[in-house]
Amino acid sequence: MRRAATFFKYASLVLASLVVLTPLVVVLFASFKTREEYSTSGPLTPPENWFNFDNFATAWTGGDMLRGFLNTTLILVISLTGTVAVGTLAAYAINRFDFAFKKWILGLFLVAALVPGVTTQVATYQIVKSMGLVNTPWSAIVLFLGTDIISIYIFLQFMQSIPPSLDQAAMMDGASRFTIYRRIILPLMKPAIVTVVIIKGIAIYNEFYIPFLYMRSPELNVISTALFKFKGPYGAQWETIAACTMIVIIPTVVIFLVLQRFIYNGITAGATK
Amino acid sequence: MTTQLVPGTRPAAKAGRASGRPPRRRFWQSPWLYVAPALILLITFTYVPVANMVFYSFHKWDGLDVTMTPAGFDNYVRVFTDERYWRVFLVSLYYFVASFAQIAIALYFAVILSFNTRFRNLFKGILFFPYLLNAVAVGFVFLYLFQPDGTLDTLLRWFGLGDQSRLWLGDPDIANISLASTSVWRFTGLNFVLFLGAIQSIPGEIYEAAEIDGANRWHQFVHIIAPGIRRIISLSFILAISGSLAVFEIPFIMTGGANDTRTFVVQAYETAFQFRQIGLASAMAVVLLVIVLLLTWIQRRVLPDEEVNLS
Repeated sequence: MRRAATFFKYASLVLASLVVLTPLVVVLFASFKTREEYSTSGPLTPPENWFNFDNFATAWTGGDMLRGFLNTTLILVISLTGTVAVGTLAAYAINRFDFAFKKWILGLFLVAALVPGVTTQVATYQIVKSMGLVNTPWSAIVLFLGTDIISIYIFLQFMQSIPPSLDQAAMMDGASRFTIYRRIILPLMKPAIVTVVIIKGIAIYNEFYIPFLYMRSPELNVISTALFKFKGPYGAQWETIAACTMIVIIPTVVIFLVLQRFIYNGITAGATK
Repeated sequence: MTTQLVPGTRPAAKAGRASGRPPRRRFWQSPWLYVAPALILLITFTYVPVANMVFYSFHKWDGLDVTMTPAGFDNYVRVFTDERYWRVFLVSLYYFVASFAQIAIALYFAVILSFNTRFRNLFKGILFFPYLLNAVAVGFVFLYLFQPDGTLDTLLRWFGLGDQSRLWLGDPDIANISLASTSVWRFTGLNFVLFLGAIQSIPGEIYEAAEIDGANRWHQFVHIIAPGIRRIISLSFILAISGSLAVFEIPFIMTGGANDTRTFVVQAYETAFQFRQIGLASAMAVVLLVIVLLLTWIQRRVLPDEEVNLS
């Protein structure tokens, strides 16, 4: 009985792993195949030459992926820095000071967390357009900054664990509020900042709708939209599309392997708020 | 808003400060200065759009014209009576049903991996990993899988089920099932990690005590694990409902909404940005928003939040 249960457990785990990995592995196979090899061999046949990087080269130059990665990195760095600054400042004020309408402001943040971003794009587009930001990287940056309520949540929760006696003592010593934020709060917030950078960073790297809607011109392609453009002109060249898909996936694999523990913690902290 | 001077009232703050500070210094001490950036962004990109959207929804507007024609409830009437618009709710049902499968699979693996298992971290990583992948990459991976004579058809032939081959994405009867399965593949990992985290936050002594009392694994699941993760499971169901209404990326990337796979958001996107019917698209978005808020409200009523308040 016990034996059978153990067997079933491992069998189900192996089956699930195969279901997860097979779709990815076949794309990896395809990315190393030459044109003739692709059309003559089955999808589950490994490539003859594992060092055939021609498709990767075609995809990299044809899709202008370097530009895609540069644009993504630029947006990522500015948005993340902004998110951390804006979020920690707000959490500091809300958690540490009493002021008029504080409860109202907190309520505004909490209710906003319930509004799914995709639903309001119709109207958000008009606002971004009136600011003249459509077709600039700033459209994505302000939207990543502006629609981010989860980060403020995480910062607020973390602030509660920092003892107020620390900043009160500093205040007695005559430190200004900004000094306290800069020298005491911000360094202690590091774990929360790591969490936010990871979950937000992954979300931005993977975001498709916002860049697709707001940054139409080819020189503003981020990796999602650059990859998406392969759908038309390369429609029949699956070996090239496969290589480009791998180019997009590989950084995620590397980040995941390096930061596994932080990612699990971040995802749990971010989703259960 | 930033010029409003509302000084902090914390006693400690006042004690250290002489009464006759110059106002310049007071300005820099105002907590409003610290919340202002977040608040301005919040209002500009969440509350103003929602208000505008409600306003647009009662008008006929192409998004460019300076004037809008008032339209009363016409847009709403159309959303609920024109088949093209209410049909998309039916498509959501596929994703809704799929999310039950997703929660069940995630729960099963979270429970078995919470007990001692060989290669535990490896399996955990594999199951979770798809959630981190780029949506466009996932779309392409599954376009490749579902191709005629592609991976799925080849696998079916291996198992002698070659006659079961279909046009996985081309046949309207089955395209939504293929897309919903892709969604399960992509999101199961998230539910799984959340459930696993919740199970692991149950103190280990409880299991030990239960084992001493002779409880088997099933008893442990029913009496310890299930109550311990009730909250996260019900939260997952609520998210599943709102999530299945807000599906966009997978159908948009893979089929572009062809073969009856248009979801609510794909339809709203086309209405607004291809057919330039901002009013109608706004009415759709308002309907979706009301549904999501209603569901969240129900959830809060059914499951009162035991959690801390944030102030």
